[in-house]
Amino acid sequence: MDMIASLSLGFSVALDPMNILYCFIGVLLGTLVGVLPGIGPTATIAMLLPITFSLSPAGALIMLAGIYYGAQYGGSTTAILINLPGESSSAVTAIDGYEMAKKGRAGPALATAALGSFFAGTVGTLLLAFFAPPLARAALNFGAPEYFALIVLGLLMSIALAHGSILKALGMIVLGLLLGMVGQDIYTGQPRFTMGVRELYSGLNFVSVAVGVFGVAEILRNLENEKGRDVMVKAVKNLWLTKDDFKRIIAPVLRGTALGSVLGILPGGGHILASFASYSAEKRLSKHPEEFGHGAIEGVAGPESANNAAAQTSFIPLMTLGIPAHPVMALMVGAFILQGITPGPNVINDQPALFWGIIASMWIGNVMLVLLNLPLIGLWVKLLSIPYRALFPAIVLFACIGCYSINQNIYDVYAIAFFGVLGYVLMRFGCEPAPLLLGFVLGPLLEEHLRRAMIISRGDATVFITRPISATLLGLAVLAVVIAVLPSIRRKRKEVFVEDD
Amino acid sequence: MAVSYFSTKDLVSGGIFVVAGAYFALEALTYEVGTAFRMGPGFMPLFLGAVLTGLGIVVAAGGWKKPDTDERFTPSWRGIGLIIGVVMFFGATIRGLGFVPVVFVSSFAAALSSRLNSPLFAVLLAITLTVMCTLIFVIGLGMSVPWFGPWLGM
Repeated sequence: MDMIASLSLGFSVALDPMNILYCFIGVLLGTLVGVLPGIGPTATIAMLLPITFSLSPAGALIMLAGIYYGAQYGGSTTAILINLPGESSSAVTAIDGYEMAKKGRAGPALATAALGSFFAGTVGTLLLAFFAPPLARAALNFGAPEYFALIVLGLLMSIALAHGSILKALGMIVLGLLLGMVGQDIYTGQPRFTMGVRELYSGLNFVSVAVGVFGVAEILRNLENEKGRDVMVKAVKNLWLTKDDFKRIIAPVLRGTALGSVLGILPGGGHILASFASYSAEKRLSKHPEEFGHGAIEGVAGPESANNAAAQTSFIPLMTLGIPAHPVMALMVGAFILQGITPGPNVINDQPALFWGIIASMWIGNVMLVLLNLPLIGLWVKLLSIPYRALFPAIVLFACIGCYSINQNIYDVYAIAFFGVLGYVLMRFGCEPAPLLLGFVLGPLLEEHLRRAMIISRGDATVFITRPISATLLGLAVLAVVIAVLPSIRRKRKEVFVEDD
Repeated sequence: MAVSYFSTKDLVSGGIFVVAGAYFALEALTYEVGTAFRMGPGFMPLFLGAVLTGLGIVVAAGGWKKPDTDERFTPSWRGIGLIIGVVMFFGATIRGLGFVPVVFVSSFAAALSSRLNSPLFAVLLAITLTVMCTLIFVIGLGMSVPWFGPWLGM
């Protein structure tokens, strides 16, 4: 039937030798940055975005997607071996994973993480393949009011899921929206907020903003208080799980996958929330809750599956609606646009080979990741001994060279410095950078759809609540904020996001 | 701060929001605002700027009588100065000096922003990074930038 034909088209693209190579490079790099603390997939994808310009669209997107989900695998290795989350969503894995490693069970912990992730990744990819086409069809009927409502929903959801103060998250979104307005007005062509700099007419460069607030700001923060890190486990032995271990992880993996798949679709860092939610669920359901925090294998299996499932399903809003669920997806939007493709419901029909190729490559990528992460674990352990002090100069350089090479525009490089300092100061004073980037990407879209909707309705603002789909979406957005400020949920959020700093 | 009656975190972040919001809102006033039917280029930024200013005031006010509980703000000035300096230097000289010298100087200075790096280590790192970046970006990816720029007479 249709699905099989589509998937076989996808596999024919994904199995092209060049694309396999890009997929491999992607997952390899992803694992690498996932393993290394202090550099995450967001900064890496931002830096590599310019390079992908010269690749084919399928190759570029396959590679970038690989970096993202590859980092989810790599992050758990670091969490288990040195009790430092290599990636924010693996913070929970560190709790029990590190305890297992201390007891000499690093091997089973790593195997659990890899197998759980693989299972969850496979399921997430299948869900993406099944749900994306009908959603994209539905989205084709969306007009300007619906898109406006959808963007508002996405932005407000990201607040509900962000760390810390809701007001600050809201402020960061609005600041991001405003920064997105720098440049020529889309309708009148009037330059706005350019301070007379001609290079700013086309707007602030997205890559500069991203590497500034995620890459440079993070480096400045790490330089505050430098210390070496210890790799406790020098060699990992005995990777295989016992029969008993297998029995214990099956249910957590299934539950984690289900939770992660659902939460991943939500905008605003669903994969982080998913791993926390799964951990607390496992703890509550366990017959031995006292083991949690002291090396319970369920505490590794659940969250690791959850964050990987979420990593795959977070592609659903991007591929069907063109709306990024979180900063990494926002960068993927940038990658689509660099390739001359507008992400959204039309991609599936206009570029079926690209669409299905990306999906098929995710499955192939997940297979490669298991192979990369289990047999080659010794290599990653060695890698952890590269000190941060040798890494960050390379990050700074790559950021500068990457940004400069997109348009040969030196203002793009100056923008990195500006956003690095801004991001650092805001981060240091309790504001998360992720909502800012989301606002920055969605700002121009929000303005365009709002203005178009108002022109169509001849200035009648009730258009947003008289059209059923947009009314529902806006209702959900209000609900998300209301729920987020309810006292009981506020307390929960505090518990969930304790890992802050 | 010896005695603080407010949260510095809230005051500073709120302050940044107010300044940014006010800038965007005031600047937007100089553009055509338009009507709800035909919004001009100033409409959205004016509205959002006002919202951001309001949010900033609320955030800052929320920190009143809520002393800082967590660790002090201890920036590494050397790190900030060198890293930001490197980025600015890169932008200012990449066209004039050319790829190889700029990358070498930049990576050397960036390495020195960590107190743990000795000058010798920084030189070695700079050489490695220069070779690596030249191979990847200029030779591998064909980035169009001269190895040595016009300022060096080449």
